[in-house]
Amino acid sequence: MSGHETAGSDVKTPLYDRHVALGARMIPFAGWMMPVQYTGIIDEHRTVRTAAGLFDLGHMGQVTVDGPDAEKYLQAITTNDVSLLEPGGAQYSMLPNPNGGVIDDIFVYRDNCGSGYFVCINAANHDKDVAWMQEQRSAHPELDVTVEDISDKTGMIAIQGPRAVEIVQRLTDVDLTDGGRNSWMKATVAGVPLMLARTGYTGEDGFEFFLPIDRVGELWDALMAEGEKDGIRAIGLGARDTLRLEARMPLYGNELADDISPLEAGLGWAVKLDKGEFVGRAPIAAQKEAGIPRKTVGFKLVERGGSPRSHYEVQVDGRNVGFVTSGAMSPTFDENIGLAIVDADVAGVGKPLDIIVRGKAVKAVQVKMPFYRRSK
Amino acid sequence: MTAPRDLRYTKSHEWVRIDGDIATFGLSDYAQAELGDITYLELPEIGSNVTQSEPFGVVESVKAASDIYAPLDGEVVEINSAAVDAPDVVNSSPYDNAWLVKVRVSDPAQLETLMDPDTYDTFAEESAH
Repeated sequence: MSGHETAGSDVKTPLYDRHVALGARMIPFAGWMMPVQYTGIIDEHRTVRTAAGLFDLGHMGQVTVDGPDAEKYLQAITTNDVSLLEPGGAQYSMLPNPNGGVIDDIFVYRDNCGSGYFVCINAANHDKDVAWMQEQRSAHPELDVTVEDISDKTGMIAIQGPRAVEIVQRLTDVDLTDGGRNSWMKATVAGVPLMLARTGYTGEDGFEFFLPIDRVGELWDALMAEGEKDGIRAIGLGARDTLRLEARMPLYGNELADDISPLEAGLGWAVKLDKGEFVGRAPIAAQKEAGIPRKTVGFKLVERGGSPRSHYEVQVDGRNVGFVTSGAMSPTFDENIGLAIVDADVAGVGKPLDIIVRGKAVKAVQVKMPFYRRSK
Repeated sequence: MTAPRDLRYTKSHEWVRIDGDIATFGLSDYAQAELGDITYLELPEIGSNVTQSEPFGVVESVKAASDIYAPLDGEVVEINSAAVDAPDVVNSSPYDNAWLVKVRVSDPAQLETLMDPDTYDTFAEESAH
């Protein structure tokens, strides 16, 4: 792969040496060597909630969709309504499969001028997403659209936390006060030309930057230096996972899978059945009509017994009703929290669940989601 | 941190301190660093028997749950309930305050199967790569 060095079979991002110098524990993840933690997950998590954190997202994939029929093409392969996406905006969406399950969850960004879109995809799904998007392009020869995988030449860094906007503002001439959530614009930050998205995966305000891969190190160093007095720290994948869980953001492979519908995952708000035909529309619409059989619920443990983990069984009155999709000791609340997909008849805030931890039932109660919502 | 000189070690990163026929078990510094922030400990009942190389407890970090393996056969005579109540002590003081259980050893010959500190330091160093 161009622009990347490999470590064994796993690819290194341009920031690999910086992570090692910071004392990171590096792990293989989706074919990449990524930092799972630096100082510790709890410490890093709290840094993002109270100050600012910097994330290397070099493993994520990016695809451009361009041409006069780019919108039509995206309408056909995604669940959300791309026509509602303003120029310079971002939209959470999913790539559904023909059975009404999910191939991946994605962010679609619309360029300010022209007909171009930029799609950010998950590292673990990169190959199958790109193959699927190309296959769907070929299946629509009538559409004038080009689909290009630019992951190899695109770097990605996120800065998240209550101090993030201030830090970035000191490094750019673009006025960030009027850029709302989900905005997407060209900017120069610390002398580095990039695309700046006001999106993230933590529940905090902040940005995700997309930039030429050979400028990633320069931007990382500038953000670290500028944010030092604000308490900025590098944040690993471990805290990224607990942060997104508290904010009730789905993780593909946990809340989302090829055999879980977007409605079951609780993501119906990103499915627009009235926008016209799209892949998987019929089975999803049929499920909505017939009643959604399973629901994704949030819970917290109300007794000791360990932490809930992905795939742990969930019971009610000794009957299997589903499984945990994600769970952890929440660093913000110091409580064991989790998400589970359960039979619809047992779902409901305040209703009990038993989480089976190492063969023992640990009592849980369903709670409102998200677990964490920032105050401003 | 080099492994304390007065202890013996397992390949699954537990340590043992011997005092007469009583052995104290804990988790090594390498183990706690590998696990990350420790959030939960599950230890056996006093009076229960543990068997060498078999799980006798569970340690959980934010990331994962792992079994803790008994370095020696024996009967549990004491557990560290302070560590159960505040499991992060395993991170801050793996060799002292975070001892886990005390066991009356039933087969002292098993001690010969454990690693000395130098061997363990080399082993942990290799495990890290």
